[in-house]
Amino acid sequence: MTSLERAARPAAWAEPPAVLRFVLDAWTVAEAELQKLAHDPTELLTRAVQPVLWLLVFGEVLARARAIPTGRLDYIDFLAPGVLAQSALFSAIFFGIAVIWERDLGVLHKYLVSPASRLSLVTGKALAGGLRALVQAAVVYVVAALIGVHLQLGIPQILGVAVVLVLGAAGFATFSLVIACLVRTRERFMGIGQVLTMPLFFASSAVYPVALMPTWLQVLAKVNPLTYQVDALRSLMVSGGTATFPVPLDAGVLVLALAVLLLIAGRLYPRLAM
Amino acid sequence: MPQAIQTHELTRRFGSVTAVDALSLEVRAGEVFGLLGPNGAGKTTTIKMLITLLPPTSGSATVAGYDVATQQRLVRRSIGYVPQLLSSDGTLTARENLAVSARLHHIPGDARRDRINESLAFMGLADVGDHLVRTFSGGMIRRLEIAQAMLHRPEILFLDEPTVGLDPAARRAVWEHVRRLREAEGTTILLTTHYMDEAEALCQRVGIMHLGRLVALGTPASLGAEVGPGATLDDVFTHFTGSDLDEGGTYRDVARTRRTARRLG
Repeated sequence: MTSLERAARPAAWAEPPAVLRFVLDAWTVAEAELQKLAHDPTELLTRAVQPVLWLLVFGEVLARARAIPTGRLDYIDFLAPGVLAQSALFSAIFFGIAVIWERDLGVLHKYLVSPASRLSLVTGKALAGGLRALVQAAVVYVVAALIGVHLQLGIPQILGVAVVLVLGAAGFATFSLVIACLVRTRERFMGIGQVLTMPLFFASSAVYPVALMPTWLQVLAKVNPLTYQVDALRSLMVSGGTATFPVPLDAGVLVLALAVLLLIAGRLYPRLAM
Repeated sequence: MPQAIQTHELTRRFGSVTAVDALSLEVRAGEVFGLLGPNGAGKTTTIKMLITLLPPTSGSATVAGYDVATQQRLVRRSIGYVPQLLSSDGTLTARENLAVSARLHHIPGDARRDRINESLAFMGLADVGDHLVRTFSGGMIRRLEIAQAMLHRPEILFLDEPTVGLDPAARRAVWEHVRRLREAEGTTILLTTHYMDEAEALCQRVGIMHLGRLVALGTPASLGAEVGPGATLDDVFTHFTGSDLDEGGTYRDVARTRRTARRLG
């Protein structure tokens, strides 16, 4: 083996500029996560079961009960965007456990001793967490179409749904990462993950309009990013869907939440390895 | 040529426990240096400070001429690290694992492909490059991890307990690869171990740590001579640390070692 020569030290190739490095590094991390999913997609598929059940069982029953006033919109049309957001949330909120697992194995250390910035590493993780949601979205769309949800199938609407979904799921995945960095063990994380999902879900407009809530819950719903995600999805995904806020405002809230969470996660991430 | 690694009164405390206590140490460029000591002696904490994963409580250190506290990115560009735990992702293939490291070091595309192929061949993994790492044996995983840590041709390679949990044949294979790597690349290597035969087989110089302090430093032969005629490194170790080797650390250490051993085995 003659090909391993001494000549090429790190200085042997030029480094890309900092901004490009950030993008490249984040994408490297995200792509590795997606490769893992491609090797073993069972987790994603099992996670798609839950939203299907919500639509088929919960949705169909409540639609018949006509218990929830949703204006001109059929309840099942009202619920479909909520279920989509919920399925992304439920899968993203446990994303952090994979990071704790990587710490326990040692894979985390490999990332942290690379020259990549901490922010680019967590951004890559967040992006992967966001992109995972698209697979669930495909399943939800198929089931929703089968049970007669009035979907908007224009390219701009579908792209809009994809962007909002990825932004929201990336945000919740980062939130999960922050929690993982704080609690540090899988056992504690599982407990906290369970405790967090339900309030996030029910203090949002996912399954009923915010107007139905008692005032204190409305306040919670107003600061819950999931409310904004569902709001945007409702105007983009189903025809006749009525939104509370304009889509750009919803998207702005999601971007801001994601940015803040990424900054926090970038600070906490290296502490996992200490 | 400056020293590859230089520490000055390097100290790390966790609460009231001093894990590394005013360690001053120099590792010369191109040598294989062994840091020995029982579990809990502070070896891993020392490495973690040198590779910028853990900030020192006080004192200072330079690695490849860069300060570990203020020039972290430059340190990280100059080093490779194989942790005691597993750094290869079992759910990716060997090639994918290598690609992640190569890309995070910004090795350009064409050079990257060649170098990944070369290093797979060098480590005897060419036939299994596209297999998932979780199907590998412990020795193969270690070799892959060393390949991964060496892709960007670092000046200094850190190996934390490189052969823990491996069977004797796999250990010797890893030693052989470390030796060949050093001959081919001239890389400075700092390794920790609590196997005396490993230190004797690989290291030009060793430092013995005990309770966070460096208690002995020299070549295996000179340390043996210091203790008495015919003394092995085992005797040296017992002499300086006053402890039998296999006392075995805390519950947490034991759990971790066993877990690593099981995954690698």
